[in-house]
Amino acid sequence: MDLLEIKNIDLKYQTPEGETHAVEGLNMTVKEGEFVAVVGPSGCGKTTLLSIIAGLIKPSGGKVFISGKEVDDVSPRIGYMLQKDQLFEWRNVEANVMLGLEIKKIKTPQNVAYAKLLIEKYGLKDFMRSFPRNLSGGMRQRAALIRTLAFKPDILLLDEPFSALDFQTRLSVCDDVYRIIKSENKTSVLVTHDVSEAVSMADRVYVLTKRPATVKSVFEIKIDKPTPLEKREDKDFSYWFNRIRREIPT
Amino acid sequence: MKILNEREKYLKNERRKKIIVILCRIAIVVVFVALWELAANTGLIDSFFFSSPSRIVKIITDLSRQNLFYHIFVTLKECVKAFVISTAIGFLVAVALWWSDALRKILDPYVVILNALPKIALGPLIIIWVGSGERAIVTMGVLICVVVTVINVLTGFLATENEKIFLLRSLGASKFQILTKLVLPSSTADFVSALKVNIGLAWVGTIMGEYLVSGAGLGYLIIYGGAVFNLDLVMASTVLLCLLAGGMYFAVSLIEKIVVKK
Repeated sequence: MDLLEIKNIDLKYQTPEGETHAVEGLNMTVKEGEFVAVVGPSGCGKTTLLSIIAGLIKPSGGKVFISGKEVDDVSPRIGYMLQKDQLFEWRNVEANVMLGLEIKKIKTPQNVAYAKLLIEKYGLKDFMRSFPRNLSGGMRQRAALIRTLAFKPDILLLDEPFSALDFQTRLSVCDDVYRIIKSENKTSVLVTHDVSEAVSMADRVYVLTKRPATVKSVFEIKIDKPTPLEKREDKDFSYWFNRIRREIPT
Repeated sequence: MKILNEREKYLKNERRKKIIVILCRIAIVVVFVALWELAANTGLIDSFFFSSPSRIVKIITDLSRQNLFYHIFVTLKECVKAFVISTAIGFLVAVALWWSDALRKILDPYVVILNALPKIALGPLIIIWVGSGERAIVTMGVLICVVVTVINVLTGFLATENEKIFLLRSLGASKFQILTKLVLPSSTADFVSALKVNIGLAWVGTIMGEYLVSGAGLGYLIIYGGAVFNLDLVMASTVLLCLLAGGMYFAVSLIEKIVVKK
């Protein structure tokens, strides 16, 4: 069964200036453990789609199901990663990681131990008492990912999580995050405008149309390499890259 | 080795700059006081009208044998009360206005008008409503401080990054959690700077209040001194006010250093 199922989503939002038809009849499925990327022209409503999946925005029509159960409020099974790491400057790394547990009121000894285990496992143990301003961009992003993993979500939503980083850092952080996601065996939906990022990370890529967004085509990426960096170096990479790039409406 | 020397030179230079600033600050006071005293002694200015440092010192020592400390205590108490009450009310109102967008929109013009209104105009009403004496003075202080506190604290609250609010909402946070986990800690610096503004205004309010209605306090001494043409008393009270206001400001700066890390 599909872990995440998006059925016929429609979204119109109202502003004093008028009505915007952002999403129209969008269908999507994500299997357990799968990594799905969503690409499309800028401003086509990719971020809106993630907000709908997370239950932060109610669609005008259609439904979202997680394990067959309808999402009708902010879903506790989802972990959302934003463009910037959004670490709180007044909290040290450890306290930042505990944020989700605090908000969800599940800061039990077991969960705290699990969060600390993640910190240790992913190399931030020596920085537990450090404040975000003393961390590099890559470490900050890793801390943000651990904050998201700490409350054990079933699905990770990644909203252009690397776009605030410079190119070199971006490649290595991308690799880093991918490795962590795979080793924790999380199901993920990545939204990005960077086709190479989508091809290097995803098992499947959804291409969206211009607004109102709907699915234009779906690609199953077959590059048999374990990490994004190695995929980028593979001979098939440019084939997939070009095929998808040509598909995106301009 | 050369780098170290340059570093040492730089540090030495910085230290010297700091010392020069402090020396200049002291020099301004010393020169000002000396010139004033000299001008008064040589008859360049009439010390009956302009007083002089030595006369101020003399009247302060004379008064300190009588009831000077009582007057200081009265004013300080009124000022601290006005400061604490207005900060508390202002903070709570700001929280309410942050909480409800509708309330904020509805009340916006009233906040603007109340801010623009010269609160001293309410003096006679205050005396009639709450009676004369300390209550009237504290009320005046609170009125002068509270609107500015609301505006400054609310501005800090509203400067919270939307993306961070979004993050908390995606974690399923309640409005109260957003307030306590994000909005309050992220606006600490704004809150402390609001406190600093408030201290100045609390003094304005207190002295205004004492001008209107009082039987004791430094504002009372100033009004009384002016009425009987004892300008030494007026000057002495003003000097003491400067010292007290400076002291309170320093205290808040100290709190700032502790609260706002780095």
